[in-house]
Amino acid sequence: MDFGKTQINFSEEQAMLLDAAQGMCADLSPIDKVRSLLEDDKGYDDNAWQQMVDMGWTGLALPESVGGSDFGLGALVPLFESMGKSLLTTPLMSTVLAGECLRRTGDSATHVFLEQIAAGAKATLAFVEADDWGAQHVNTCIEGGRLKGYKRHVTDAADAAILVIPAMRKGVKVLTVVRGDQLDTACRTKHDVLDATRRAQSITLDIAEADIVVINGEVDRALQETQLIGALLVAAESTGAAVSCLNTVVDYLKTRKQFGKLIGSYQALKHPSVDVLCAIDSSKSLIYQAASEVQAGALSRDARIACHMAKSKASETLVFAGDRAVQFHGGMGFTYECDAQLYLRRGLWAQQAFGDPMHHRKRLAALIFDAE
Amino acid sequence: MATEQQLENFRREVAAWLQANKPADPGFLLPQSFMEVGSEQQLDFLRDWQYKLWSAGYLGMAWPSEYGGQGAEPVFQSIADKEMSKASVPIAFNVIGLGWAGPLINDVGTEEEKSQYLKGILTGEDIWCQGFSEPDHGSDLGSAQCRAERDGDEYVINGSKIWTTMGNYAKYMILLARTNPNAERKYDGLSFFLSPMKAPGIDPQPIRKLTGEYGFTQTYFNDARIPASCLMGEEGKGWQLAMQTLQYERGAEAGAAGGLSMVRIAFEDMIESLQGRQRDGSEVLHDPVVRDELMQLLIEDKAISIGEKRTLIGALNNDFRMSLPLSTKLRWTEHARRMRQAAVRLQGSDGGLYVQDPEAVQRGFWQRAYMQSFSATIGGGTSQVQANIIAEHVLGLPK
Repeated sequence: MDFGKTQINFSEEQAMLLDAAQGMCADLSPIDKVRSLLEDDKGYDDNAWQQMVDMGWTGLALPESVGGSDFGLGALVPLFESMGKSLLTTPLMSTVLAGECLRRTGDSATHVFLEQIAAGAKATLAFVEADDWGAQHVNTCIEGGRLKGYKRHVTDAADAAILVIPAMRKGVKVLTVVRGDQLDTACRTKHDVLDATRRAQSITLDIAEADIVVINGEVDRALQETQLIGALLVAAESTGAAVSCLNTVVDYLKTRKQFGKLIGSYQALKHPSVDVLCAIDSSKSLIYQAASEVQAGALSRDARIACHMAKSKASETLVFAGDRAVQFHGGMGFTYECDAQLYLRRGLWAQQAFGDPMHHRKRLAALIFDAE
Repeated sequence: MATEQQLENFRREVAAWLQANKPADPGFLLPQSFMEVGSEQQLDFLRDWQYKLWSAGYLGMAWPSEYGGQGAEPVFQSIADKEMSKASVPIAFNVIGLGWAGPLINDVGTEEEKSQYLKGILTGEDIWCQGFSEPDHGSDLGSAQCRAERDGDEYVINGSKIWTTMGNYAKYMILLARTNPNAERKYDGLSFFLSPMKAPGIDPQPIRKLTGEYGFTQTYFNDARIPASCLMGEEGKGWQLAMQTLQYERGAEAGAAGGLSMVRIAFEDMIESLQGRQRDGSEVLHDPVVRDELMQLLIEDKAISIGEKRTLIGALNNDFRMSLPLSTKLRWTEHARRMRQAAVRLQGSDGGLYVQDPEAVQRGFWQRAYMQSFSATIGGGTSQVQANIIAEHVLGLPK
């Protein structure tokens, strides 16, 4: 019985990238900055986005032929871990995943869009139509010369120049590429996202086929693999957030006194804090192992096992860390002012994105137990 | 230095030999670790197996040839050990000799001690036990109170030791005893002995464990007289030797003769044990609820294994330094406990049967393994003490 790999390949370049990304994210996103953006309509800082583009992050995993730096998907994991640690959000994840999905179809018509993404165009991918991350079926379709349908949870849709939208055409799944300016405000509805650092919309589509680009190729595989890569990136982001969450708790346990003692000296608070630490250790090991397995080509069985494991563990870890952070802050934890809620809300959102922990364990079990 | 080709040839040779010589199921329970040898029957079986391993040249390979070893590079023994684990052969039971006392004698013993003791350790003829812990001094070894008083050519021993593995079968004990109760530092009053076990006044009383098995004794010393020549090193320098012994025990220092000290129980063994079992009218491994729990266990298993690799990558250990090395014992032992508990729970009604029952699953292997797992969550510092250490040293929480 083969349960996948256990080794981690982490290059000097990745170590440097991790170091640079952590410093940059910490500078760009101190906690008061995070808070100032919570009720901002746009939800992110143009300057932060521009710096990421300048660093080449949108094209980090894209091939040199489209202007990317071909660093490999694994290089994205330290970036998103760092962003998560500073609760820094920009349209980077949406953009990277839209590019990844296009690239994986193998259709040469994607070339022009990949060039735009590598150069810093914002993009997004409309994954789901309803609440089921396990659904393969797509209702959105091209019929009678028009693209019609409805997509929910389209992250960073408001600013996206490129929207990648799966649809059915003549019974075959395709990707359609819609420009942001083709969607007016009437067809967009802003979601109220539980994690207030994020922005997403639902979109009603009714556009002439002549005005969009249709991408063919290995669309089903591209979508399934991109969902797994998205799961890994959210896992990386969640792991980073859990680190900061635990640090926030520990700082409080070291300063707050009750009954004449620092509350961090009580084993009732110590031991669950160590449980959170161990969960973070697991998450970190799993995301970096997965980072060593994901490739530009078709995802191997080992890579899929690793992504399922990473997402399952990292999602549970952040919810656990956030949940305990609220509780251990006592009355303060119940307030909006306490940062614990930021991590908890991030965790509650992130656990659903690209499939919840049980979704991933169900697919993992199929990979382990059922012959393909 | 052996070439890759020589190592690969050797690996094949060992694998083939183990395949051909792995003993058949003896029809009675075998211990899952060296801490559970509880009958003459088991002892004879394991002694034969160890002798066979040694005769074939797969034990003590790196020990000097004049004392029963082969003076080979240690890598050969590592390869042999890995193949033994893969082939699931019985344990090399004389672990305290092979792994702790032997390396110590080898590294710091006199010529006389080496010729007297090492070969018998390898052949299995001389069983060794360890007399460190006392009923009132477990973790705090430096406070050991068992007395050794010099009287002419002898030392007179009084007191007791506990958790003596194979105390009732052993010929020799590595014994830490107090020769000077008035020493300024408590550590300076301790001396280290290579003591005989079969002597008047030495009385090992078997302790029955929660599994119903034996394996440990509480060892009483009542005016037991041992030759003064049993003293290892100098009087009052026993603490250093005890600490060095613990280094071998924890695997922090090389020198062990090799062989398996316990049956390896992996996640896949649990899956294998569940294969074909029924639940709600279909196979238990097809049950989505069961699968979810198994995947949680598998993820934990993988995460801890990967952590051992991540420890070596500095840049991936910057957030909570020392977290991985300090939590390894806690993580593995708690995981093993949970996994084995689940393996018992998923057996259906047969899970309620134990070793004597012909219907018991794998003769109660998992029931024993689960109850046995507490030896690791308690021994060597309980999980709760480990959690305190991690909270204080990694997270910096106050005492």
